[in-house]
Amino acid sequence: MSSPAPVTDWVRDFDHTDPRWTENPYPIWDELRAECPVAHTDRFLGVYLPTTYEAVKEICYDTEHFSSRRVVVRNVRPEPPPPAPPITSDPPAHKHAKQILLSPFLPDAVRQLEPRVRAICNDLIDGFINDKSCDAAARYTKRIPIRAITHMLGVPEKDGDLFIRWIHEMLELGVHDDNMVMKAIHEMVAYFAEQIESRKKHPTDDLISTLMNARGEDGQPLTDLHVQGALRLLLVAGLDTTWSAIGSSLWHLAQTPADRARLVAEPELLPTAIEEFLRAFSPATSGREVMKETTVSGCPMKPGNTVLLSFPAANRDPAVFPDADKVIIDRKENRHVAFGVGIHRCVGAHLARMEMLVAIEEWLKRIPDFRLDPSGEITWSEGSVRGPRQLPLLLGTG
Amino acid sequence: MSGTLRIHVDPDKCQGHARCKSLAPELFELDALGNAHEIGDGTVPAGLEDKAWLAQANCPEFAIAIKEE
Repeated sequence: MSSPAPVTDWVRDFDHTDPRWTENPYPIWDELRAECPVAHTDRFLGVYLPTTYEAVKEICYDTEHFSSRRVVVRNVRPEPPPPAPPITSDPPAHKHAKQILLSPFLPDAVRQLEPRVRAICNDLIDGFINDKSCDAAARYTKRIPIRAITHMLGVPEKDGDLFIRWIHEMLELGVHDDNMVMKAIHEMVAYFAEQIESRKKHPTDDLISTLMNARGEDGQPLTDLHVQGALRLLLVAGLDTTWSAIGSSLWHLAQTPADRARLVAEPELLPTAIEEFLRAFSPATSGREVMKETTVSGCPMKPGNTVLLSFPAANRDPAVFPDADKVIIDRKENRHVAFGVGIHRCVGAHLARMEMLVAIEEWLKRIPDFRLDPSGEITWSEGSVRGPRQLPLLLGTG
Repeated sequence: MSGTLRIHVDPDKCQGHARCKSLAPELFELDALGNAHEIGDGTVPAGLEDKAWLAQANCPEFAIAIKEE
């Protein structure tokens, strides 16, 4: 498999897997936004990229012209894509599929999980706090959502390593390599099929059983296929997004001593700061498929193309956010769309917020001083989720 | 002039982000599906006006209306 050609014209030929985009996408979006609210590329079989808040919102609310059946922009489009409800569902099936998943992720349910997440964070910190340095991505940010989800699913903690590999194959390698996507999907289907069979014999009270006990609109139990699809969604949409958001927040704090000191002194400001980190470093970009010809912000859109629905670019739109390129940890008006808007609002948003808050709070309590390790290399994920994959830090004032 | 404020969440627009509830728990509550609605008839008690405006300014769905009466 050859590498894609480097981008020389971002407006007419962008590529969200280009190393320059992976390294620092923000100036690229600024350039595109100044030129046209919706860019287009012939790469990936044709993709539109809205970069303004307005255009992103308009597409989110328009389920008539845009389908969610493909949410990752790739080089290939298998027919039909294996469904992962509700993220890949369109109306009218979407509503019920989402309702089934809502209750385990409501704020009150998430609050019950908070002590567990706090314990996970402290256990992880125990593992490296006596070292002078650590890769916070490998040893902290990644491990928090992985351990939280294995707890929620009622599966062994060590299976989290499998989840990490599948996500990498689906969301990063899979953008250019369909075999990788299908391999990961087949492994996930087999894994969850086994979990479902085991619970048929020995019922549990975890999230897998909750889904197995849920009823469809017809009052019948969900099919195994539906349950497996929803479980795949939880892994693919919920893990590297959250670890990326925690990682970007720590990355910012590692190089901004004033913000770090303020949050240590005023921990009550943390929820506001977390919203700003979500705005400034939104991890998740979703996809849509154009189903009928339409126009968005004056730009014609044709069926057969997909849309790279960039919530991160919308959140950097200076028409909506004053000083959009600055991180202002006490920003009060923050109508960001990091979790999407409209019917596909992220079902795990409350869980993600809680994990971010607890992760940063516990870290600052125990490691108030830290900075980027100049001898290490920071690397960023490629594709539709953005976050640090290596985050070398020096711990303490030394 | 500052009259009494009355808030209202448009149930067709709300998608359950719950930003209003976390910023102004005195004024908003969530239903069984996590969607928000105003508490009581939406009248904002004196002293909570800023919280009402803050909740409105943070709703990603523009679902909160505030009327000055």
